[in-house]
This record gives sequence, C-alpha cells and structure tokens, in this order.
Amino acid sequence: MIEIRNVSKWYGHTQVLANASTHVAKGEVVVVCGPSGSGKSTLIKCVNGLEAFTQGTITVDGISVGDPKTDLPKLRARVGMVFQHFELFPHMNVLQNLALAQVKVLGRSQEEAATRGEALLDRVGLRAHAAKFPGQLSGGQQQRVAIARALAMDPICMLFDEPTSALDPEMIGEVLDVMVELAQEGMTMMCVTHEMGFARRVARRVVFMDHGEIVEDAPTGAFFDAPASARAKAFLSRILHH
Amino acid sequence: MGEFDFSVWGPSLPFIRDGLLFTLRLTLVAMSGGIVIGTLLALARLSPIVPLARLAGAYVDLMRSIPLVLVILWFFLVIPYITGSPVGAETSAIITFTAFEAAFYCEIMRSGIQSVPRGQLNAAHALGLGRAQSMIHVILPQALRNMLPVLLTQTIVLFQDTSLVYAIGAKDMLKAADVVGKNYNRPVEMIVLSALIYFAICFSLSLAVKQLQKRVAIIR
Repeated sequence: MIEIRNVSKWYGHTQVLANASTHVAKGEVVVVCGPSGSGKSTLIKCVNGLEAFTQGTITVDGISVGDPKTDLPKLRARVGMVFQHFELFPHMNVLQNLALAQVKVLGRSQEEAATRGEALLDRVGLRAHAAKFPGQLSGGQQQRVAIARALAMDPICMLFDEPTSALDPEMIGEVLDVMVELAQEGMTMMCVTHEMGFARRVARRVVFMDHGEIVEDAPTGAFFDAPASARAKAFLSRILHH
Repeated sequence: MGEFDFSVWGPSLPFIRDGLLFTLRLTLVAMSGGIVIGTLLALARLSPIVPLARLAGAYVDLMRSIPLVLVILWFFLVIPYITGSPVGAETSAIITFTAFEAAFYCEIMRSGIQSVPRGQLNAAHALGLGRAQSMIHVILPQALRNMLPVLLTQTIVLFQDTSLVYAIGAKDMLKAADVVGKNYNRPVEMIVLSALIYFAICFSLSLAVKQLQKRVAIIR
C-alpha cells in the first residue's frame, strides 16, 4: 500500500532523511518511533506529499507521490492524516469540519456528508458534540474529531503524526482506544508515536529512526525483546523507564 | 468677529444629507472593493510566482508612499488626458479610493493570512482540498475574522479620508457644508457641523468595532 524507497531529503546542507526505505502492506499497522529530530514526522509528511523529498520514490496504492504529474489533491483525498495539534478548522463546528472535504472534494451532498459525519462522530463517541466548535472541546475530543474527519473521506490508509503528543496524559487513552479499534478493523496505518504500549498491541512492525536514517525495521516482538542496534536499545530504555 | 449663528444648520440639512450619502457610498464602495482587490493583492504578494508577487508588492509600496490627495488629483487629471473623455469627480473619487485603499487592505489581509498557523493549510491539503479551495474555505475565513477589527478601523480612517475629495470638487459632505457656508456666509458654523457629524459617526463606529471584536473572536 505504502512503499518508501531510498528517500532522502535535505534542507540546504542539512540532511533530514537519509536513504530511508520501508513499506506498509494493506491492512498492516506500522509504528515509526525515534528521538525528536530523527526525521519521523518529515518522513510521514512525505507520504502524502505535504513535504517534498529530494531523492527516492514513494508510492501509495501504486501512485508515485513525488511525480510532478501526480494529482496530489486527488491522492491525498484517499489518504487520511491526523496531526499532533489536531488542526481542526476553528471557524467551523464539528460537523462542518467533517463535511467540508466530503462536499468540496468528493462531491457528496450536504445531507450525505452530514449523515456520514454523524455516523463517524457516533463511532468516536462524540455525536452529542456535533454542533460545538473545536475550541469548546478537550484535546482528546478534538483529536477524536480529527480522526473522524479523516475517516469521513473513506481513506485507503491512515497516517498518524504523533497523535497523542500534545495531549494531557489522562486524554491519551481515549484517542488510543479509537486507533486500536481502527487497527483491529484492518485499517492500513502508519503511526509516528511514542506510545509503545500501542505499538505492542497493534503494530505488525516497528520502524526506528535516528538522524534521518531508518536504523531498524523489525517485527514488533523482535524490536522490543531484542533490539539489534545500540541506538534503539538506548532509546527504548529511555522511553520505557521514565 | 461676528457672533455665531447656528440657525444656518436647519436649511443646510438637505444638502448635508445628500453630501453625507455620497460620503457613505464612497466609503462603502471603496471598502468592499478595497477588501476584495486587497485580498487578491495579498494572495499575489504571497504567491510563489515571483514576478506576480513583485508586481503586487510594487503596487502596494507605490500607493502607500504617495499622499492620497495626490493620487486623487492625479487620477482625476490624467485619466481624461489618456482616455480623451472626462470622468465625473464622483466616479473618479470612487475608483481612486478603491485602488488606494486596496493597498492598505492588502497589507492587513496579508498579515491576516500569515496569522493562520501553517498546520491549518497542511490539514486542508491532507483532506484533498486544492490550493484555491484551502484558501477560500480554510485560510481566508480565519484571516478575515482575525483581522476584522483592523479592517474596520482602516474603514473608519477611510471614512474620514473621503473628505479629501474636496480637491477635485466631488460633492461629499464637506463640500456640501462648504457650499452652504459660503452661500449663507456662515463657513465656521458649517465646518463645526460637519466636524460634529464626522465625530459622531466615527466615534460610534469605533465603539461598534470594540463590541464586534468581542463577539467574533474565534473560540480557541
């Protein structure tokens, strides 16, 4: 579903991605982790073309993201993305947030979009908040709306860019629950996250990045039980024992 | 020094009203046209197409570096010279003000657009919205709300500045007061009257802006 081959990216003379290669098969959940500044957010933003990359190729469902001839908006409409800071549209209420792209991009009618939106709000437990504005919701609620907004486009896969990093600890669970459920239903997911409990539960593989490189790309069990590299060991001991 | 005689105010009112109507029309047209053209200029200035950005930037810098009264005069005098037919003072004033104010609204809208966090654009793009759709549905509504108080304050300034059309003899409120004052030989009384009207309108608008500011603030 997602194929990343030898992707490199420079900002001027600084290399932020170094020959990164990995893949996410259909129905697979892959967690990407690593210290801050390791390039994991940049990598995931390359997958739907929010960030350009200098070398290599990325294909999503066979479509090349870096190809200038690719209709990026069309491709992005099929790839859901959830951001660290939610990025709900603050001037629209929850239901309007869910409906906007359904109507403007997929060409659904307002009624269809509202019906689909309400069903998804139901699913993330926020049906009662449909008429509220994002600013009236807690962080956890906003992130669940953001997930519903992405799902409303009926995506073929989902990208999560540190979806719980900006949340208060007591709200992380409610967002992870939604993500776990999604994973169990067979959604193809690429998740940048430090939630190792989530990784253990649902990830097929863990990709560990450092300094723009993919240092390890291993089945979840192997990664946690016997990380191959010293860098991954150091990272895991820091993140698991604090 | 004669004594003040405010009885002239009564018979002057129909003229003042007509003048005020033109002043208001000029303000409203220049405001709406200025905001629309100013927003387009702002988009051009922020565009990745360098020549377009430069051109819009040059226009804005030019307009902001020339006194308004010169632009008014220049347009009024030069256009008939170019087109061969004279433009009425009123039409000329409306076109000039729209073009001039667009430069100021442009800078307001530009900072408004830049005040919207980058993540909002990413989110819009990630949903498959194109560049124009993202601007129209996500960025501009937020920019407009963030900048509404500044836009309205600029409009109050614009309302006062419309008095400069006296330079080309357009019949605005100040001109009406001036004419009545001369006819009745009571220029001072008429200037006091127009000052009071300008003050009353501008002051109430300022209060209204303050109220509005509280109501439209986006809940964050």
